[in-house]
Amino acid sequence: MQFKARVRVTLKESILDPQGSAVKRALHGMSHDNVLDVRIGKHIELTLTADGPESARRQVQEIAEKLLANPVIERFSFELSEAGGEER
Amino acid sequence: MKVGVVVFPGSNCDADCYRAVESFGVDVRYIWYQDHSLGECDLVVLPGGFSYGDYLRAGAIARFAPIMDEVAVFARAGGLVLGICNGFQVLLECGLLPGAMLPNAVLRFRCESVHLRVESTLSPFTCLCRPGQVLAMPIAHGWGNYYADDATLDELERRGQVVFRYVNEQGVPTSGSNPNGSCRSIAGITNERGNVLGMMPHPERACEAVLGGIDGRWVFASAFEFLSGGVALGRMHLAGDGARH
Amino acid sequence: MGECIWREMGLATEEYGRIVGILGREPNLVELGMFAVMWSEHCSYKNSRAVLGLLPTTGSRVIQGPGENAGVVDIGDGLAVVFKIESHNHPSAVEPYQGAATGVGGIIRDIFTMGARPVALLDALRFGPLSDVRSRHLFAQVVAGIAGYGNSIGIPTVGGEVATHESFKESPLVNVMCVGVAPASAIKKAAARGAGNPVMVVGARTGRDGMHGATFASAELSPEAMARRSAVQVGDPFMEKLLLEACLELYALGDDVVIGIQDMGAAGLTCSSCEMASRGEVGMEIDVAKVPRREEGMNPYEVMLSESQERMLVAVKAGSEPEVERVFRKWGLEATVVGHVTDDGVLRIRDGGAIVAEVPAKALTDMAPCYMREACEPGYFRRERARDLSGVPEPEDYSDALMRVLASPRIASKGWVYGQYDHQVGTNTVVLPGQGTSVVRVPGTNKGLALTCDANSLYCYLDPWAGAAHAVAEAARNLAAAGAEPVGITDCLNFGSPEKPEVFWQFKQAVEGMAEACRVLDIPVTGGNVSFYNESSKDCVSAVAVHPTPVVGMVGLIEDLSWVMTPGFKHEGDVVALLGRTRDEIGGSEYLATVRGIEGGPVPAVDLRAERGVIELIIALSRAGLLSSCHDLSEGGLGVALAEACILGGIGARVRLPGMMRADRHLFSESGGRMLVSFPPSAADEVQELAGRHGVPLTVLGEVGGMRLVIDDAGGGGDPPGRRIVDAAVGDISRVYRGAIRWAVEQ
Repeated sequence: MQFKARVRVTLKESILDPQGSAVKRALHGMSHDNVLDVRIGKHIELTLTADGPESARRQVQEIAEKLLANPVIERFSFELSEAGGEER
Repeated sequence: MKVGVVVFPGSNCDADCYRAVESFGVDVRYIWYQDHSLGECDLVVLPGGFSYGDYLRAGAIARFAPIMDEVAVFARAGGLVLGICNGFQVLLECGLLPGAMLPNAVLRFRCESVHLRVESTLSPFTCLCRPGQVLAMPIAHGWGNYYADDATLDELERRGQVVFRYVNEQGVPTSGSNPNGSCRSIAGITNERGNVLGMMPHPERACEAVLGGIDGRWVFASAFEFLSGGVALGRMHLAGDGARH
Repeated sequence: MGECIWREMGLATEEYGRIVGILGREPNLVELGMFAVMWSEHCSYKNSRAVLGLLPTTGSRVIQGPGENAGVVDIGDGLAVVFKIESHNHPSAVEPYQGAATGVGGIIRDIFTMGARPVALLDALRFGPLSDVRSRHLFAQVVAGIAGYGNSIGIPTVGGEVATHESFKESPLVNVMCVGVAPASAIKKAAARGAGNPVMVVGARTGRDGMHGATFASAELSPEAMARRSAVQVGDPFMEKLLLEACLELYALGDDVVIGIQDMGAAGLTCSSCEMASRGEVGMEIDVAKVPRREEGMNPYEVMLSESQERMLVAVKAGSEPEVERVFRKWGLEATVVGHVTDDGVLRIRDGGAIVAEVPAKALTDMAPCYMREACEPGYFRRERARDLSGVPEPEDYSDALMRVLASPRIASKGWVYGQYDHQVGTNTVVLPGQGTSVVRVPGTNKGLALTCDANSLYCYLDPWAGAAHAVAEAARNLAAAGAEPVGITDCLNFGSPEKPEVFWQFKQAVEGMAEACRVLDIPVTGGNVSFYNESSKDCVSAVAVHPTPVVGMVGLIEDLSWVMTPGFKHEGDVVALLGRTRDEIGGSEYLATVRGIEGGPVPAVDLRAERGVIELIIALSRAGLLSSCHDLSEGGLGVALAEACILGGIGARVRLPGMMRADRHLFSESGGRMLVSFPPSAADEVQELAGRHGVPLTVLGEVGGMRLVIDDAGGGGDPPGRRIVDAAVGDISRVYRGAIRWAVEQ
């Protein structure tokens, strides 16, 4: 079976995000003063084959822990869906 | 005495490190990232550059290169490992050193000369320096903003693992002298045992007077002095022979 | 074939007729696309070739002149310097980060295809005024793009220039120069030879990147396919780093493995295949079905015209394919045989069994049309040349005037820019950017290469002949000031539409001026690039052309690094002197534009003999080791040179302007052929004697010392005579000079 995993990697709340702060300042400059906070993260899409959703989930979890996110500064979450035949 | 410079795909200071080591008359060779052995080696240098394009995070992919397993074994046995710039980032990613790197607080790549204060002379890489000595060295990085939580930082300070701090010319750390926003102006740290050093500044770029400075020689000279047994270190008990392969 | 198709591909009806004449039949769509890109100005130089012939391209040191991927000049001891400049203006206007990044990637490939390891990058940049939000954005993104690519691949960006002007607001200029070093015997050529030798595509896979805009109109492409493609190329410096190392390793296998190699840049596989065949007087057969692809469903047309980056076409000796594959595999790259060299002079493109294009290789290259466009002197030219500036009053406050000139983006420190570039990687940068003319050590030797790129766009607008001649002279002075002997030029000619007679006149005049300066100063042009159609809008008749900007990239040789000189004052008590003659020439000056708001007047007179004298004198002085500092005078004149010498040296100076001329003319005239030098009093006699022998006037101005720049005016029309006109702390002028660009960008 083919699956698509959409992994989101974000900085932990305690970590300063200079990029996010810069975007926030820019937004305030554009008079979006009501924007209270901006945090920037990464979106990573994996397409993989696996026997079933459980093994796919386990594998994505491991990949995210080991490589995609750095646990010292980042956290991650992901959604898994069965990849449709039309998507390649 | 033998030095190996690891070459990852995307390393670009490998040749610079090689020449810097060579200028001491020390045996040096390259170690390919796909190798499964370091060969005979007393000091391993992880050079600067953009290993794997620095894609995902600086150093994140390089840590999975086959040679890194060997580097970890070597380090655990007490062998000397020097990670410079991208090499420092790789050491953080693979957990040989604590903490992580964030993008520079200014959000720009910075290439300039900075001043470093030697915070500990107990490290094999600073054993020839005076405590508090100020060294001038170039930096060149976009991701040099060292981060660790306060408990880790306190621990690093307590154990003397903070080896270099960014300071001004007079040797005082100020907000203006911290080029990247690093926690507590940290420019270089060692592991607890002291045999693994990671530093963002480039000592290999400060090894020739014609290039503007020779303060980087202190780092290499200290390591070579230590390896040749010329320096007795109070706290360090490094199993020099055990580290040799 | 409907007329609209070739017209939309950018071909004129006469050109289509010429194609039919060459082929003896109508071209098919693939062939037409290949002709359209190869006969475009970008590939064929059809509007500039005739004029470019004026440039001197030969010299005793020249190993390779124009016509290859880069020029090559002998630097002795079996070594050669390989260098080239190229524009990436239009892509940078659309997507500044990627446009600039891929510009860097492209020029680096041009250098290592020649067999050289790149050792330095430089950039000449033009933007609209930094008060404009979009111009600031373009500036910041272009700099980030250059840094992103150059830093990652590990080639130091050591110099360049930045200037701003209203005319660049819609069309910024991004010119990138790369310099490499190779053993003279190991230079590679981009010519295929030997029928039967395999042709390989190496490096990245092919996708639908940066396809010629005109091809969007092709009726064969579905709307979905069109939506997928992108006119913006994305650079991958990591891939190029691997490609660079793999290619250099391949060359090291021996001279006979690589027969010919060419970068796939503009017009991708089409350009590289027909040019390699044409240069080697052979034919080539390519099977597009064998080209590794990144995307599915690409048709032959797309494969032939894709501009995917980080690819090369290599002709290798038959039988060496496994070795080539092994080297590329080591670096994690693909090397795929896609065809072979033939002996019939025909470029034949197959898609598996079917022949999809069959064109004589030379039809795409040498047989491209060549035009001499109509040139017409613009009305402003004589007006500005005759403009009387004697009524321009003296500044009330000289310190203020000097500060304002120092803060102008053209003059001010570019620290904000080069601080983002890794300018030391490679551990060969001897004089860092911001410390003077950049000097890079020739790896493994005690020789140095001084590198610069220069152009004064305003001069070139006011008087293109003089402006271009000045650009050559200024670049040469710049190198000489570092102690280098100029050995070669690569030029990047940035102009508006050549179809406008006034623009073409500017172009012709500029090339003629450049040619004359090259002849007198004896510096050959070994290659370059022409970029036309730099206008505020492509479609509009009223579109405004950029100020003509012929950028001179120049390389100088320093035989012994101990001869290197820098512009900063060094020692308390040194004598400060001016070499050359200052005339009342404030026309076109930075002072006039910045302080008086006048962008006009006659530009300084060109005196190439005097330039030559000064350059030869300075080189002699450097070898004699007599000078403590040397600063060439250019924009901002003596005032700026004095200020910079103090700022860079971190020490003050006390000078007295000699009489004979009003102080503002003395300080801010931009007369050519001048240098500001300092030397110990003990060397004074020898310096005087050498200057006399070279026929260069020497005027002692004062001495180095203290922490202030103090300028007194001895009289000469000043009122009252003998007054103090500038008295400023070096720290204060330094703050303005170093902060101006950062403040402007980060406002």
